[in-house]
Amino acid sequence: MLDSLLQFLITGVTVGSTYALVGLGFAIIYNASDVVNFAQGEFVMIGAMVAISLLGAGTPFPLALLLAVMATVAVGLVLEALAVEPARGAPVVTLVIITIGASILLRGVALLVWGKDFHAMPHFSGDAPLHLGSATLLPQNLWVMGGTAALVLAVRQFFRRTSAGKALLACSCNRTAAQLMGINVRRMMLLAYGLSAALGAVAGLLVAPITFTSYDSGVMLGLKGFSAAILGGMGNPMGAVAGGLLLGVLESLSAGLISSGYKDAIAFVVVLLVLFLRPSGLFGKGAVERA
Amino acid sequence: MHMRKRFFGLILGAGVLAAGSSFAADPIRIGTFLTVTGPASFLGDPELRTLQMYVEELNARGGVLGRKLELVHYDTVGQAKEAVTFVKRLIQNDKVDVIVGGSSTGDTMAAIPEVEKAGIPLISLAGGVEIVEPVKKWVFKTPHTDRMAAIRIFEDMKKRGIRKFALISGDGGYDKSGRKQVLELAPSHGLEVVADESYGNKDTDMTTQLTKIRATDAQAILNFGFGAAPAIVTRNVRQLGITLPVYQSHGVGSKKFIEMAGEAAEGVRLPAAALVVAEQLADSDPQKKVLLDYKAKFQAKHGEVSTFGGHAYDGFFIAVEAIQRAGGTDPARVRDEIEKTRGFVGTAGVFHMSPQDHMGLSVDAFKMVEVRKGNWVIID
Repeated sequence: MLDSLLQFLITGVTVGSTYALVGLGFAIIYNASDVVNFAQGEFVMIGAMVAISLLGAGTPFPLALLLAVMATVAVGLVLEALAVEPARGAPVVTLVIITIGASILLRGVALLVWGKDFHAMPHFSGDAPLHLGSATLLPQNLWVMGGTAALVLAVRQFFRRTSAGKALLACSCNRTAAQLMGINVRRMMLLAYGLSAALGAVAGLLVAPITFTSYDSGVMLGLKGFSAAILGGMGNPMGAVAGGLLLGVLESLSAGLISSGYKDAIAFVVVLLVLFLRPSGLFGKGAVERA
Repeated sequence: MHMRKRFFGLILGAGVLAAGSSFAADPIRIGTFLTVTGPASFLGDPELRTLQMYVEELNARGGVLGRKLELVHYDTVGQAKEAVTFVKRLIQNDKVDVIVGGSSTGDTMAAIPEVEKAGIPLISLAGGVEIVEPVKKWVFKTPHTDRMAAIRIFEDMKKRGIRKFALISGDGGYDKSGRKQVLELAPSHGLEVVADESYGNKDTDMTTQLTKIRATDAQAILNFGFGAAPAIVTRNVRQLGITLPVYQSHGVGSKKFIEMAGEAAEGVRLPAAALVVAEQLADSDPQKKVLLDYKAKFQAKHGEVSTFGGHAYDGFFIAVEAIQRAGGTDPARVRDEIEKTRGFVGTAGVFHMSPQDHMGLSVDAFKMVEVRKGNWVIID
């Protein structure tokens, strides 16, 4: 039993790291603009798909990954410039609906470009399982966890130490005030979309070898990442990460100890309970009224 | 936005007219309602392409009984409610002579009351056993059923001396129907299901469920699933160091599965449609020529062939041959002739229909295959 439990936990943390990475992207755009970007899952898909195509065309591994991230960032910037920016000043709900539209569009384009098939990406460093007692994990699982940890720290440093990060936070606190203080809000929005597209792409690259990618795989990842961000407290990047890990472990434990048929139901019931008791999420600071 | 396409074969027709021949009588109208777009487009898309391809081909050769074929198609997007509307329209407005279609079991079941009422023969391209059991007068089908797949797997398990196995399946319609058949049929084959685990079809990791299975005394693992999930299950089994034999269902019968599961796929066994292993069939096998012909034709135009398109081939030619034997399109006579289909060599197998059996395939229409060195090998 104890052996099984260890495996459940390892599985939970691995899956949870994926949710965390996607959730982090949600949190950054929300931070900068109060908008939940529902195209976040599509960033994940595009990152993986571009890399798989480039690898298929014979591009060296690191270069393919780099180009995939850059391509996804470009998509993020275009989304901001062509869809979100023109609707500046519109209510948040309108912007959210725009991102939903964008996600459907991106999925459609991916369908045309890459077809309906699943695509596999090679593991970064082999697929021989590593053993921890009787539990096992793949080297790629370590890449996912390590990658998540590294990105989380980088994002944290970005918001704390760099002036761009602080400016982004300022936009989230009070956009008008930020503008009056000389912050280029327009550029900050582009930065937020570019940054979260990059995070999404990296998430896609890290998990693609384990999960396979198809034109619609962003839907599920987006949903789970969104739940993670909500659970942790929307707008708190570290909360999103904690929420993702918690959600992954919850799913794995409910599948392992109770019933695999109800694992998603159990996990979501817990999410709902948390939100009933703490509407702003586990690490949210409570809703701030803004004029 | 349901695309409605009529294929008058304008260009083709013009070509034929220029060549000096013409179609005198009314065209023979073949109706179809498929899931060409939407989540189940992987079914309807190759099915429609197959039907269009052969309608064109037969028309170019002068049609059937000297009459041109006309395909009337509606896209249900996988919604049973739409299917009912479209079938009504096919019968009442388009006055089709026979219907080949219904990509999914849900669409077909919804359409059945309409065709039974109107008395128009329908050949379904969906898998569910309930379409032809109990037998309905006007309803036939061409694909294998999940029950046949389960029986084929059980036979192979017994040959290997397996008595207890663990089942793991997804949460889709295909998975659930397969799971039901497996749980129902296992006891009568002397097999015990010691674990019954499930996963979401979009899940990315099934090691938790497999860890539970590892703790049981199962002698084999059976995964009834579709899409990427079975490849993930197969990889996870090997990752956990489980050495039990792994069985998959016919839902993964494509090269894509081997490509995705990689080395973990070695030794995996599954019942596959003959189309998957066409090249390996003995030259004496009557299906070989049919399969290779269909494969070559489809791939020349549309890329990778799928068993779903094959079901449309079977349904289309069973209908055409019945019309030829009936010498016309009188619905009752065409129906009778479809029921009298004997020894029709299709892509799914050799069909022997009867008043009691409106599918006409036997269990051995499935070939038991094993993955060896990244390829399918027929073992039974």
